[in-house]
Amino acid sequence: MAKARVLIRPKEGILDPQGKAVERALPALGFEGIEHVRVGRMVELEAEDPDRLAELCEKLLANPLIEDYEIERLDGAA
Amino acid sequence: MTVEVAKHRELGLTDSEFELIVEKLGREPNDVELAMFSLLWSEHCAYKHSRKLLRRLPTEGERVVMGPGENAGAVDIGNGYAIAFKVESHNHPSAVEPFQGAATGVGGILRDVFALGARPIAILDSLRFGELDSVRSRHLLDGAVRGIGHYGNSIGVATVGGEIYFEAPYEHNCLVNAMCVGIAKQDDMVRAAAAGVGNAVVLMGATTGRDGIGGASVLASAELGDGDEAKRPTVQIGDPFEESKVLECCLELLEKGLLVSLQDLGAAGLTSSAGEMASAGGVGIDLDLARVPLREADMEPFEIMVSESQERMLGVVEPANVAEVLAVCEKWQTGSAEIGVVTDSGQVRVLHGEEVVGEMPVEALVDGCPLYDLSPAEPEGWIYGNRATLDPGASSGETLLALLASPSLASKRWAFEQYDSVVGSRTVRRPEAADAAVLQIPEAGNAIAVSIDGNGRRVACDPYAGTIEAVLECAQNLACVGAEPLGLTNCLNFGNPEKPMPAWQLDRSVSGLADACDALGVPVVGGNVSLYNEGPEGPIYPTPVVGMVGELPDARQACGSAFARAGDTIALLGPFSPSLAGSELAKLRGELDTGLPQPDVDAVAGACAAVRDAVRAGRLSSAHDISDGGLACALAESAIASGIGCRVDLQPLRERGCSPEDALFGEGAGGFLLSGDREALESLGATPIGNVGGTTVELAAGDRSFTVGVGTAESAWLSLRQRAEAVA
Amino acid sequence: MRWGVLQFPGSCDERDALQACSLLGEARLVWHEERDLVGIDAVVVPGGFSYGDYLRAGAIARFSPAMEAVAEFAEAGGPVLGICNGFQVLCEAGLLRGALLLNESTRFTCRQLELTAVDATSVELSTPEGAKVDNRLLSIPAKHGEGRFWAPDGVLDALEENGQVAYRYAPGQNPNGSARDIAGVRNEAGNVVGLMPHPEHAVDPLTGSTDGLKVFEAVAAAGVPA
Repeated sequence: MAKARVLIRPKEGILDPQGKAVERALPALGFEGIEHVRVGRMVELEAEDPDRLAELCEKLLANPLIEDYEIERLDGAA
Repeated sequence: MTVEVAKHRELGLTDSEFELIVEKLGREPNDVELAMFSLLWSEHCAYKHSRKLLRRLPTEGERVVMGPGENAGAVDIGNGYAIAFKVESHNHPSAVEPFQGAATGVGGILRDVFALGARPIAILDSLRFGELDSVRSRHLLDGAVRGIGHYGNSIGVATVGGEIYFEAPYEHNCLVNAMCVGIAKQDDMVRAAAAGVGNAVVLMGATTGRDGIGGASVLASAELGDGDEAKRPTVQIGDPFEESKVLECCLELLEKGLLVSLQDLGAAGLTSSAGEMASAGGVGIDLDLARVPLREADMEPFEIMVSESQERMLGVVEPANVAEVLAVCEKWQTGSAEIGVVTDSGQVRVLHGEEVVGEMPVEALVDGCPLYDLSPAEPEGWIYGNRATLDPGASSGETLLALLASPSLASKRWAFEQYDSVVGSRTVRRPEAADAAVLQIPEAGNAIAVSIDGNGRRVACDPYAGTIEAVLECAQNLACVGAEPLGLTNCLNFGNPEKPMPAWQLDRSVSGLADACDALGVPVVGGNVSLYNEGPEGPIYPTPVVGMVGELPDARQACGSAFARAGDTIALLGPFSPSLAGSELAKLRGELDTGLPQPDVDAVAGACAAVRDAVRAGRLSSAHDISDGGLACALAESAIASGIGCRVDLQPLRERGCSPEDALFGEGAGGFLLSGDREALESLGATPIGNVGGTTVELAAGDRSFTVGVGTAESAWLSLRQRAEAVA
Repeated sequence: MRWGVLQFPGSCDERDALQACSLLGEARLVWHEERDLVGIDAVVVPGGFSYGDYLRAGAIARFSPAMEAVAEFAEAGGPVLGICNGFQVLCEAGLLRGALLLNESTRFTCRQLELTAVDATSVELSTPEGAKVDNRLLSIPAKHGEGRFWAPDGVLDALEENGQVAYRYAPGQNPNGSARDIAGVRNEAGNVVGLMPHPEHAVDPLTGSTDGLKVFEAVAAAGVPA
């Protein structure tokens, strides 16, 4: 079983209000100098057929219109 | 011996309670048994300091279908239908994790209502936090509102009302009380009592994990001190999607007559559900933990018994129906497992496969906890402190604007817009459109009104009178929409009952509640008690929260609180005798002290009946209860809601002996602010005080007269949004 | 007119939609596992939180058997109305262009507001002259947390030019930051419409306005012969 982690990010150029809200709240909590916060999602899974991971991302895990995705193999494979 | 003694104390049991358990078992309890007793004998589950007081409350009435002791109360609404309702607290979890604490509070009260077989149709919430200038309070407010919205919106039950107060005594102990209202066909309703020796016990819903282990006894029966961060892992996580599936599943099972009884799993999980079902039915229960669907494989038996994983229900099913029950669960994609059997042993027996891992008499577990008497002692003077925030030189106009902008009084639109108030198509009066929420009940050809109220600060001034006022406020709110009260639920949020002062507050408050309900003829059909609400600086304001449901024959006649048209007469009705004692103005001036005028319950009841009848007959343009901020604020609110101003002279109140300030900003029960046709108002016995019209609120009281623009008043009244979202 | 209202685990407003459709004809619920839309003249994909809004709102519902049947129904020209979560499902399924994102405020917002209906009756949608702007204001409640309509600029331009913008928030009333104040869109053929506000909650004077009926009527008239 191939272990993988998929990171899903909002596309650059699309307003990310969650990222903005987090960024705005940080100084009051004592964190200065933090910019460009973007909030996404992470999905971890184990797959019998890792060759289908990209298809899974395109079809379900991410919405390619508004999100980018990145597949990280956790078992050392490419 | 020393190690075992320490263990039971760690779990919240006193030495004498432990000895009583040993005596009832005839031996020392093992770990599983000790965990089960520690939870069911905790304050949260056993009500050991409040149960004797609660016996004072009137619980009977000809419209009562289910009273205290069931999962929720219910009243007859006509045509074979009943309205089920209850309020519950989730205070300590919300202080630790406000989003999930508030969300699971909503989830829990929803389950209590559909456990009776009632489809939830409305949610209301009563919240209290510290002052908004504290970052922590803004964080708790934000989290709680988001959590309530998340759960209620996702499951598709309209949140139609509520209240939010901000007072320093709640800074370290926020209050999150959630109320749910549901509708059921009386024939389909079911009780919690397990019955039928040999019947199967079926667990439905989510898998069981480590949520909230130790939650009940660790969090709710002790004061919150420093280091409560460590309690975070025991917070329950709610899943409204799972609950919506379990809800539909249970309602279908009840409609098909497949369940003998039903109970939800809340505080103390399987232990309390199984124990309480067995106790109510006078039977025993055997549970096999090896059959419980687990989220984490390596859970120990005691963890399974005390887990507070959400969205689970326990049903008793005749053996012939088990297969069909499991099939219905499958259809709704919710988990199910037959995990036990009803016996005639009078014992709760906990097995893991073949091995018995715990066993005790039902009576000992559920009813064996000793009940304690309180040692109340009235405190000397006002113990909660004062902080002046209003400039002593403030003019009357500035005072009015300061009151309208005060977060406790300001519009809660920022919060209620985060709730879906229309799903279900029953909502006739949405939040802040009228003094009570109104929902149509086409099944019975009528409608219901619901209100939730309670002013902890006024109860701190006088626990007896303040609690009576809370009940009267609900009744008045219902009257404004033409509704007659059918029943009441309450959540008593108080400090540590083992200390004399909170004990005195609780004792006096329950007496006030009992007397008010007796005088109004409104039965208490259920409720909840939350004690030990104390932080490092002392107890919270004693806060009895009252939820009331009433019926009205024609929802179209439900009056709003906004003025309707220029030219209408404005009038005052009721035994309104305002004073600044306990008022918001006294708070802003830093002049709070003990003492409240004693309300005349019978006179207020009479005024309620008069307003109710006038509203039902369509003879009024608007009806608004005078409460926080007094008459000036009530007038401003009616003006803001309509966009039309008013011109009012409070001479009639002055003639009753009020000072100008009392007349403008004094508070107390019994005041109705009405508008409409002059003749209609006078024939009602109301006293005209002015007219609707213009773009300003013009008030005169003795030598004080002032004018505030409606637009200016509105900006003040809508200022909660900026305060709540302030970043620093 | 026979309406079919889809029901997924987690749908909330399907019964409200059913009630609304019943005012305009016969209506029944279509369980998410059903594939058979025989006898149904118009489909409504309702509001709510299908599958808990898990992953993305509508992302899972679009794969249900019922939605596969709806895709075929739409392909054949049948009228389809997606409301709120239904709009999200139709976008995820590719039956409508664009996507619905988190509200700019990051908060769920429930508010009665006004929409401008862009006239749907003209079928010649490819020519700008055929698309009429009707300035009727409809008072309809919106209640959602992820209703900000977004598409790349090129797609937005195409939607405008082809008359595919069906509803816009009235000036100053955009509750979520939607691009160009777009509250609802239709497909090129004009038979599939999605909008974020809830017309099913504006059909009874007792609980609100009755402007929502016009949305259902427009859909009923929007069927395109195959």
